[in-house]
This record gives sequence, structure tokens and C-alpha cells, in this order.
Amino acid sequence: MAENPKSGSGSSILWTLLSFVWLALAGYAALFVAPTEKTMGVIQRIFYFHVPSFWTAFVAIGTTTYASIAYLKTRAPKWDWLAVSAAELGAVFLTIGLVTGPIWAKPVWGHWWVWDPRTTSTFVLWAMYVSYLLLRTLVEEPERRALLSSVVAVFACLDVPLVYFSIWWFRTLHPQPVIGDGGSLDPTMGKVLLLCWGAMVALFLLVVRQRYRLEKLRAEVDGLRMEAERRAS
Amino acid sequence: MSTGFSVQFENIEKRFGMRLALRGITLSISPGEFVALVGANGSGKTTMLRIAALLMRPSAGSVRIGGEGTESPRAIHARCGMVSHATLLYDELTAQENLRFFARLYGVTSVEQTCATALERVGLAERARDLVRTFSRGMRQRLSLARAMMTQPRLLLLDEPATGLDPEGQSWLGNEVARVRDAGCTILMSTHAHGEVQSGVTRAIRLEAGSVAEDSGESGDLRGILGRVGPERVLRPENPGRGER
Amino acid sequence: MSLGRATGLIFAKELRVELRSRELLSTTLVFVLLVLVLFSFTFDPSAMEARRFGPGLLWLAFLFAGSLMLQPSFVRERTNDTLSALRMAPVEPFAVLLGKLAANALFLFLVELILLPIFAALYDLAILPVLGRLVLVLFLGTVGLATTGTVFSAITAQARLRELMLPLLLFPVLAPVLIASTEATVGLLSEEPYLDSVWLVFLVVFDAIFLTAAWLFGEYLFEE
Repeated sequence: MAENPKSGSGSSILWTLLSFVWLALAGYAALFVAPTEKTMGVIQRIFYFHVPSFWTAFVAIGTTTYASIAYLKTRAPKWDWLAVSAAELGAVFLTIGLVTGPIWAKPVWGHWWVWDPRTTSTFVLWAMYVSYLLLRTLVEEPERRALLSSVVAVFACLDVPLVYFSIWWFRTLHPQPVIGDGGSLDPTMGKVLLLCWGAMVALFLLVVRQRYRLEKLRAEVDGLRMEAERRAS
Repeated sequence: MSTGFSVQFENIEKRFGMRLALRGITLSISPGEFVALVGANGSGKTTMLRIAALLMRPSAGSVRIGGEGTESPRAIHARCGMVSHATLLYDELTAQENLRFFARLYGVTSVEQTCATALERVGLAERARDLVRTFSRGMRQRLSLARAMMTQPRLLLLDEPATGLDPEGQSWLGNEVARVRDAGCTILMSTHAHGEVQSGVTRAIRLEAGSVAEDSGESGDLRGILGRVGPERVLRPENPGRGER
Repeated sequence: MSLGRATGLIFAKELRVELRSRELLSTTLVFVLLVLVLFSFTFDPSAMEARRFGPGLLWLAFLFAGSLMLQPSFVRERTNDTLSALRMAPVEPFAVLLGKLAANALFLFLVELILLPIFAALYDLAILPVLGRLVLVLFLGTVGLATTGTVFSAITAQARLRELMLPLLLFPVLAPVLIASTEATVGLLSEEPYLDSVWLVFLVVFDAIFLTAAWLFGEYLFEE
């Protein structure tokens, strides 16, 4: 029943190495290969991590939603393990995005934070994920916790397009000086961006896998404890 | 006279997080049986009743309610009554309003008549327009029973219904339950109390730590099992003429 | 029993229970009034500012009211385990949800209607010419608030720290409603009042989506 430790760690060591190599390559590319942006200078390079972190967060959100629906249908605990793993990672990547934003914005545009469509929508998304994770800590029984958080995840997912649309339309009606990367993208920049995104997704998959295995092991320990209890009586 | 439902537990298991409340229970209860479920607190009686009521999903195994009119869970619910530890009543409504609400919800045909009769039967006719909040524990219990029985159930689930009732109340309860049993209803009742409430019991099952320890359906020792109810104190005044431990 | 009839019965029960005690309506009213008044003298807006920011504050106050008012709906059913009684009744779970949702929406709507003239007086806004359309916006926004709020209150009733958890879950998800309702209200209270059809349709869409979601996923909320 337990995963064969040897094969488990074999493939994950490979994946870990691969991810870190990829990340290193991406970092190098972002810092040295990509051309320096005309107006913003060196600080602009943070863009190569700022933007993909949101894209990765969306992958996480999609995963959590899919896993939540799968749980509601099948009630197999593995879907709940996947949902929480992806949600935690999603929250982390959103946080990275929300933190790198001001770091980039302050030297370039003079403000730490501005409520433009992207920041507002992302913040709302981040709040939804944090509240999902908080709810999980407040429900003790695993089956109940999985059920309730799955429903919340589905509702949150349904809300995402509505959040984006409403905020975008609001800004269309009340335009503000645009902050962000306007204009076309230099092809090299585009390639570096994709490379960085790839690295982040690799990292995402790596960490989700580990987190999933942690949940699985926890459930196995609980199962063993109950089995012992059953045998003892 | 319509027959009661049959209840079949197949390898029922119920987990609450880390705690295993029911371990692989397999039982078959025939229509019209009056089953007394006995056991210490925490032995799984309430869990079993809630699973039979289709309120709780078992973690493993299945429960099947059989008989005429059991095509869907909703159809089963229409002819299933429950009295539990909690009163299942709205404190802010009057006795009459509570009964009317549930009667309508169950699709009872002549609501006023049924409610009036039910209140009469449990001796609460004069208190019909009083808020349940003002009722004593015994009165609430009686109203709760009225609510469960007014829909003419074919399966009646009682979770320690004599708790908080004085000897008169318990004797009254015994009569009411016997009446329902005579009408053919299947009754599953968890109990601590001795004597009155248990007249008419056809089968006794003792649960211990989530498993069936004894079943008079197999051993034939009905009296013995009932007598071996645990050493907990029952919530009622001392009755010197009873001669029990 | 049809969904409509079952919902109606539960709706009537909710109304009767609340009208008996009236505690929820009165406390919510006072709370929202306090919030509006506090906003008013903290910001002390000029006429143009009042037109621009007033609606936002109004809807914020309604949002706060909602997160308080929606809590008891399911928590009350736990005291005597009447929720089990409802679950055992031969009605579909969605009827219970819908009945409560309708009752919550009605209570919130009543509170809003009572506070609307007070709001207009405090911020010196002309609501009479646009009253009909304003009430429509109020209604649509309230339905959205009540729908998500009722579903989430069923969820938080089963969690610890529920008073804190409900607003935490509710506010991000209701951000679109807040924006849409506020903007629609601003449009109606501007110097040349107009009803922004985009926001109106948006609110209808929001309500439809979440009512459908409540219908599809509602039964999972009551499982044991």
C-alpha cells in the first residue's frame, strides 16, 4: 500500500534536479539574455517572474477547481489532497505576483500600489484562496472539510470570470493612466518569458507533488492508527 | 393496516475523523419488529439510528430500507419518524404552529384535524397556543413524539426517548409506542431505561464500541440483554417500588 | 411535494420565526444605520463627492449588514437540531436552501428600503425621481448577496469561528456585486440619472449563475 520508497524518491530527485536547472536557466536568461528594457532599466527584469507567477496561479486555480468537482463526484480523498495542494501553491504564486508588483512599480512609476484592473482582480482572487485555506483549518473532520471546501472552490471558480469582467468594465468606464507593460513584446523577451513560465510550472508541479504526497502519508498514518484501534478491541 | 419498513445494514462503518464509531455492522430488521438498542454512551446507538434515518452517510457499507413505498429516499422520509436527544422543534413557534408546519411539509391531508388529534393524544391540547420555549423538558418530548407520529410512520426511530420524562411520562410513552407498534410500524429504539418503555419489545441488540455484542434475534435472550443495560444512572426520580439496582 | 410549495412552506416558517423575535431585523437596522452615520461624519463629503462615493458606502454598509444577518439562518437550526427535522422531511434539500434564501433576501431588502431615505437625507441625494429603478438595483444586488450568503452561511455553520469566516468567504466572492450595484447606483444618482444596462444585466447574470450553482451543489451542504 505504501509507495515503494526507492522508486518514489528516484523520480522525484530527477524532477527536482530538472526543475532547479530549469529555474537556474530561466534566472540566467532573465538577468543576462533578455535585452534591457529602454525606459525601465534593469528593474524591469522582475517582469519575467512577476507575469508568469500569475499564469501559474491560474494553472493552480484550474487544478483546484477540477479536483474539487472530482471530489464531489467520487468522494475519493485523493482529489481533496490534490485540491488543497494546488490551492496552497496557487496562493503562494499569487502572493509572489502581488509582492513583485510593487517592487517593480515603485522605482518605475513612483507608486507602491495602484488599484488598476489587474491588481484589483488579483487581490480579490488572492483573498478567495486565502479564505478557502482558512476555512479548511476551521473544519476538523476530514470528510466534512473536503466536502465544504470543494463547494467553496467551485463557487470561487464560478466567480473568477465575473470578478474580472466587473473590474475591467469598471475601469473601462473610469479610465486611469495605464500602468503596466503596454506595447509589443520583443521576440527575445517573449521567449525568456515563456522559459520563465515553464520553470515556474515545473516548480509548481514539483511542490504540488510533494504536498500531495504529504497529505497522502497523513491519511495513511490515520488509517494505520484506526486499523490498530480496530485490531486492539 | 400497513406494514412497517424493513431495515438492512450491510457492513456499515462510520468514521468521524480518527474515531471509528461503527465497525462493520450487519443487521437485518424485519417489518413490524420492535427493536431495543442498548449499550453504553458512545457505543454507536445514535449513529446507527441516524444512518437508518438516512440522515448520515456511512463511511462504508450500505443501508437499505425495504417495503412498500420505498422507491426513493424522499418516499422513505415521508413515512419515517424520529425522536432524538434534541427536540427537533422550533422554540419560537407555538406547539400548534410547529405541528402544522411539519404536517404541511409531510403533505398531510387534513392538517388542522391531524394536529388537533396529535395534541390531544399527547395531552398538550390546552398548551397548543403556547410557545415551545415555555415548555418543560417532558412536554417538549411529548410534542416531539407527536410530531414524529402524526405522519403515521412505517419506521419510527427513537433515541433515548424516555430521557427527562417522569415515571408517568414514561408510562405514557410506553403506551404510545405500543399503539404505533400495533399499527404495524417498525420501531428502532435506543434505550437506557427499564420497565415501562420496554413492554412490547420483540428484539434487543446490544452495541459495544461500535459492534454488535449481543442480538436476541440470534441468542433468544431478550430479557437477559435488556437486564444487562450498563451501570449508568437513568435520569428520573427514584421509584422505591421498582426493586431494581 | 413540488419545489415551489415546499419552498413556500419553509419561507413562511422563516418569516414567522423571525417576526416572533424580531431581534435580527432590529439589530441589523441599527447596525447599518450606525455604519452609515459614521461614514457620513467621518468623510463629510461635498455634494459631488456624496454623489460619487455615497453609493459605495451604502453598498458597503449593506454588505456588512448581510454578513451579520445571514449568519443566524443556519446556526439557529442547530440549537434544537431542527436542521435534521428539515432534512428528514420529504422535500428536496434545495427547497430548504431556497426558502431560507428568499427569507434572507426579504429581510435584507426590508432593511435596505428603510435605510434608503435616511441615506438620502444624510448625503443629500435625490432618490425620488429614480426610486423605481433604484429599488430594482437594490433588489438584484440583494438577491446576489442573499444567494451566496445563504450558501456560505450553511458552510460556515459547520466550521469554527463562523462569525469571522462568513465575511471572509463572502466579501471576495461578492466583489463583483459590490462593484456592479455601486456603479448602477452612482449612475442613477448622478446629475443626469441613467440606468446602466450593462451593470443591470451583469447583476442578473450573477444572480442566475449563483442560483444555479446553489441548486446544483446545495445538497452537499447538508450531508453528515
